[in-house]
Amino acid sequence: MNFPDQKAVPALEAQANLLRRHVIRMIHAAGSGHPGGSLSSADIVTALFFAVMDHSPDRFKSVDRDHFILSKGHAAPIYYAALAESGYFPTEELMTLRKLHSRLQGHPSRVKTPGVEMSTGSLGQGLSVANGLALALRLQGLDRKVFCLCGDGEMAEGQVWEAAMFAAHNHLDNVICIVDRNGLQIDGRTEDVMALEPLGDKWKAFGWNVLHMDGNDMWQVLDTFEEAKKHRGTPTVIIAKTVKGKGVSFMENNVGFHGKAPNEKEYEQAMRELGGSA
Amino acid sequence: MSWAMESQRKNYGKALVDLGKVREDVVVLDADLSGSTRTVEFAKAYPKRFFNCGIAEQNMMGTAAGLAVGGMTVFASTFAVFATGRAYDQVRQSIAYPNLNVKIVASHAGITVGGDGASHQTMEDIALMNAIPNMTVLVPADGPETYNAVMALAERPGPAYLRMGRSDIPIITSKEDKFHIGKATTMHDGTDVALVGTGQMVAPCLLAAESLKAKGISARVINLSTIKPLDVHTLVKAAQDCGAVVTAEEHNIVSGVGTLVAAALAEAYPVPMERVAMQDVFGQSGDSDELMREYGLSDKEVVAAAIKVMERKK
Repeated sequence: MNFPDQKAVPALEAQANLLRRHVIRMIHAAGSGHPGGSLSSADIVTALFFAVMDHSPDRFKSVDRDHFILSKGHAAPIYYAALAESGYFPTEELMTLRKLHSRLQGHPSRVKTPGVEMSTGSLGQGLSVANGLALALRLQGLDRKVFCLCGDGEMAEGQVWEAAMFAAHNHLDNVICIVDRNGLQIDGRTEDVMALEPLGDKWKAFGWNVLHMDGNDMWQVLDTFEEAKKHRGTPTVIIAKTVKGKGVSFMENNVGFHGKAPNEKEYEQAMRELGGSA
Repeated sequence: MSWAMESQRKNYGKALVDLGKVREDVVVLDADLSGSTRTVEFAKAYPKRFFNCGIAEQNMMGTAAGLAVGGMTVFASTFAVFATGRAYDQVRQSIAYPNLNVKIVASHAGITVGGDGASHQTMEDIALMNAIPNMTVLVPADGPETYNAVMALAERPGPAYLRMGRSDIPIITSKEDKFHIGKATTMHDGTDVALVGTGQMVAPCLLAAESLKAKGISARVINLSTIKPLDVHTLVKAAQDCGAVVTAEEHNIVSGVGTLVAAALAEAYPVPMERVAMQDVFGQSGDSDELMREYGLSDKEVVAAAIKVMERKK
């Protein structure tokens, strides 16, 4: 494995931490939101926006670029943080999250936010959209990828598996789905609420190329994406083992922070732990 | 009156093939009903731009949305009951909210589905689609108007729902007529009562106007083929000129076309109204003609409603 360059990792790790600080600031300012799933997927989103995907704000109107669909729409804060740091809109605007007349809705909106590819929020719908977009790219002869980030709790939605069948049937090897396998959903552990395992076997049975990675290990994330991009003939799913709330000790593996904003004290501690000031 | 008969979906199939010829961005999806919806015609002509999604309507709507994100003009078809009911959330969240260029063209709407029975007879689809912001809602009256409406939709970006029936119905418009989205058509002029028909209830309205003429009543017949945006101007003019309005639809009376017309007139120019529609009950199996009679959806009921509403004028 000669790519990714090991030297790129520390800078990307620092970038992921910066995005995590944005997430905490935004949700604290909004007084509501979902920190857990934004923090668990921060390394994946950072890798995609700052290393893996070919994209830029000036080319957003063109389809000749890589694409990202956030199927787990409640992780909007990490998406907005990545978009702002990529130059789609000013980082100051992040603090307007969930406020009246803000372009940053509680869940992503294609019609409101620069850089947002698709409106999501009602779970289980993103992969179908990614498939359609992948077909459109293929019809136009464009060799581009569509990355779709799903939650693990979301796997209980039937539409996910309709989409899984469709992608395999149509050999959509330009679709790369990432499952943020943090193991927790609102009501508790995924395996208690609605058991998913053996999750990889399920995807394999549906005709997908299945990869596994530690979704909070930047080098592994980069390496796995590189492998996924090379795969031909079938769509690829990456099951990313992550820690919900990753980076903030008291949020880690704490289902209570699936959809709750930190109070003042928690906010200050979270920012300290992420290497920033409150 | 004797009219030639033709199905709307046959014209849909024709329109798709004609569109496909000149528009490379047109992509068509179906959910295992391509023979019934007639998207099969497009599939045969342009196999690379047709995708059968199998019996998975929710995924079909999401896939349609993704194709539209990728710059395509997408037609997605299945039976109306599944397009609007089974996949409602996908239509709302993935198509209408992001305002994407997806045309949901559904067949087998209403009770004229016939033998399949109530499970397949949607009489609430207009209500469901009309309630979603950004959505254009069309209900053409016959085959030629269906063809023209599909062509007009292809020229207008954004989400839309077009409703078609299953059966052969009278040809009452011409392919030469231009279809204007948002414009109701006056098919027959009159001054005593306005009969506002939608979809396959327009022909019964024309028959009713003939019967009323024999009784010395001058009835105006309006083909309300765009439900949203509603042509309030033509409706208000009819209310002003005639002083009484009857609506006729193959749809539930609750939140149907009659409700919309009543609301528009109540705000602008209230006149006595009667509504011919399904009376908030589920349908059943039977021949389509039998069912239309059974549920009071024929010219006879339109005539009765016209006479009743005219009595209320006095």
